[in-house]
Amino acid sequence: MNEMQAMLSDTVTRLFTDRVTTELRETAEKGQWPAKLWQEVEEGGLTLTQIPEARGGGGGTWQDAFIVVAAAGRFAVPLPIAETMVAAWLLSEAGLDVPFGPLTVAPARASERLHLASDMAGWRLDGTATRVPWGRVAGHVVVVAGDMVGLVAAGAARVEPDVNLALEPRDTLAWSGAHVVAAAPAPRLPGDAVRLYGALVRSAQMAGGLEYLLAQTVRYVSERKQFGRPIGGFQAIQHQCALLADHTAAAGIAAANAFRAADRGDPSFEVAAAKVRTGEAAGLGAGIAHQCHGAIGFTYEHSLHFVTRRLWSWRAEFGAESHWAAELGRRVAGRGADALWPDLTAR
Amino acid sequence: MATFNFELLDLPPEAESLRGEVREFLRETVGDGAPHKRERTWGGHDPAFSKKVGARGWIGMLWPKQYGGHERSALERYVVLEEMLAAGAPVSAHWVADRQSGPLLLRFGTEEQRQRFLPRIARGELSFAIGMSEPDSGSDLASIRTRAERVEGGYKVNGTKVWTSNAHISDYMIALFRTKVVPDKKHEGLSQFLVDTKSPGISIRPIVDLSGQHHFNEVVFQDAFVPDDMRVGDEGAGWKQVTTELAFERSGPERYLSSLRLVIETIREVGREPGERAAVTIGRLVAHLATLRQMSLSVAGMLQAGQNPNLEAAVVKDVGTSFEQEIPETVHALLGAEPRLGTGSDFERTLGFLTEHAPSFSLRGGTREVLRGIIARGLGLR
Repeated sequence: MNEMQAMLSDTVTRLFTDRVTTELRETAEKGQWPAKLWQEVEEGGLTLTQIPEARGGGGGTWQDAFIVVAAAGRFAVPLPIAETMVAAWLLSEAGLDVPFGPLTVAPARASERLHLASDMAGWRLDGTATRVPWGRVAGHVVVVAGDMVGLVAAGAARVEPDVNLALEPRDTLAWSGAHVVAAAPAPRLPGDAVRLYGALVRSAQMAGGLEYLLAQTVRYVSERKQFGRPIGGFQAIQHQCALLADHTAAAGIAAANAFRAADRGDPSFEVAAAKVRTGEAAGLGAGIAHQCHGAIGFTYEHSLHFVTRRLWSWRAEFGAESHWAAELGRRVAGRGADALWPDLTAR
Repeated sequence: MATFNFELLDLPPEAESLRGEVREFLRETVGDGAPHKRERTWGGHDPAFSKKVGARGWIGMLWPKQYGGHERSALERYVVLEEMLAAGAPVSAHWVADRQSGPLLLRFGTEEQRQRFLPRIARGELSFAIGMSEPDSGSDLASIRTRAERVEGGYKVNGTKVWTSNAHISDYMIALFRTKVVPDKKHEGLSQFLVDTKSPGISIRPIVDLSGQHHFNEVVFQDAFVPDDMRVGDEGAGWKQVTTELAFERSGPERYLSSLRLVIETIREVGREPGERAAVTIGRLVAHLATLRQMSLSVAGMLQAGQNPNLEAAVVKDVGTSFEQEIPETVHALLGAEPRLGTGSDFERTLGFLTEHAPSFSLRGGTREVLRGIIARGLGLR
């Protein structure tokens, strides 16, 4: 971490520590948009960290963005920070300007296709995308159709609200001849760009969430006394915490590696590996954290669930472990057994 | 709570150009050896190969030139190690000396010991074994009882070491003995010694492992004499030294690559167009492999920066050995092939070898339970 990244890390940690309270998370879950917090995050330049300055961004790297996204996961921040980063990235890759306000991306699911067509009046969008993260609150949606990237305003879609396990909006958006604000080809983007960069940011959110689980679990087992001593004094609990630390460390470096690869060019190998590794760590880590917390961690009153419910959803979003493992497995097998080591060390 | 400090490492260009040289060397020396021979990795013993590695300047790479070293970086050394392991090169005749005995002598040995041993180690001429465990002392290493009593000009040693890998084919052993019994303070009174395995009073007997192979030994000391000038470090400083040595032992790429050959042979087995289930399994293994390599590189970066990554090394060894141990199980679940010994395909024999050897991965160099205790201490729980 360089000096600027250390400063960025301090800034986001301070901001989220002050603002992301249990009350804020609870009201967000009831459907209230934390407008003030969004404004602070946006004005602090935290949503466009890695977007070129010419497009209104911070001119930083994906590795800078990693710090913000992982922190958003660590604090279970109920805002589409990660989605805005991906959407803005797609726009900038297509040479389009990035509008203010929260953004999201569609389609998030592999089986869904959207259609952009131009007529005399400009570009029109047709199609339906389900499980669009933060679809109802995003000011604009960035859609990818073929090698085209399009920008549509909120209100252009018919919205059916839904949620994930953490009650984050995951909505169905249906467009029928909808007006497109701007569209341009982005031939450099891979065909599955939405899922690829979506998986990238989810891996960082999960890595951050695991950091919270580790810190919170160590704190809890150090305080909670049974049989006359802190339960963290028992070897059975110590070993569970060590295993949680193992998975947290692995998830963190897997995600960081994917963000570094995004700065270098095509990150498809590293993103697939990161989504597999962080997703696996998320499931195992959530299980350990809950076991160590006992019944209190299973209540709504305790805040452990703000992170564990997110982890259970995030690992399935933008392609679960099985999806990315299959991609990676086919790629590796296609290259042949003897290419494994040279390919691994060349990245 | 202490936190980890896993930072990504970018290997410098000189390390990457060295990788090409090492691969070329390995093509010439190891070549396309049969996979079922290459799966032994750092278990394979070939003194002639070790001399060739020494001649290339790839043993004692970090040590000062005055002791036959090459004053290169920890990252260049890392590249050499990972390439040797990935190729399944028979490195065991120099592995222990390069990894821990040499660095130990460099740090705690006398000037005379450094001059006498380090240049020969660096040439790949001297092999070392590690004399730590005893019949009643495994994970509780500080409870060792083998006594080294002061006599004129040196020490008289009585006791028994076990699990001493390659003692029967090593020139020297660095052994931990009790030089003083301090009641209720088992970590005190321990000292390390350079022991010539051929000296009188030492008998070395094989302990055959479950696969029928002989690499373990029982080493019995009966009034064996060790001269004063073969003590390493101060009398009584053994515990501090041995924990330093164990940190060298735990931090390298050998702690996640033991089953790499089986991953490679499994990819060959499923072919270039695998079905969905095989693709998912292979992809998952590769995701873990790629992540572990970055974790292991990160520890190498900390060593290069002069930090003391004991906690991180314990994490990498725990994650790494769990992974390399799981691979034969994963491959069994995927393909259900029968593991074979002397017959069968390369794939089946690699599966056979690793199925039998996998239990040792989370025992050697500190058990999983010991490592998790170290990690828990790092988390502030102990």
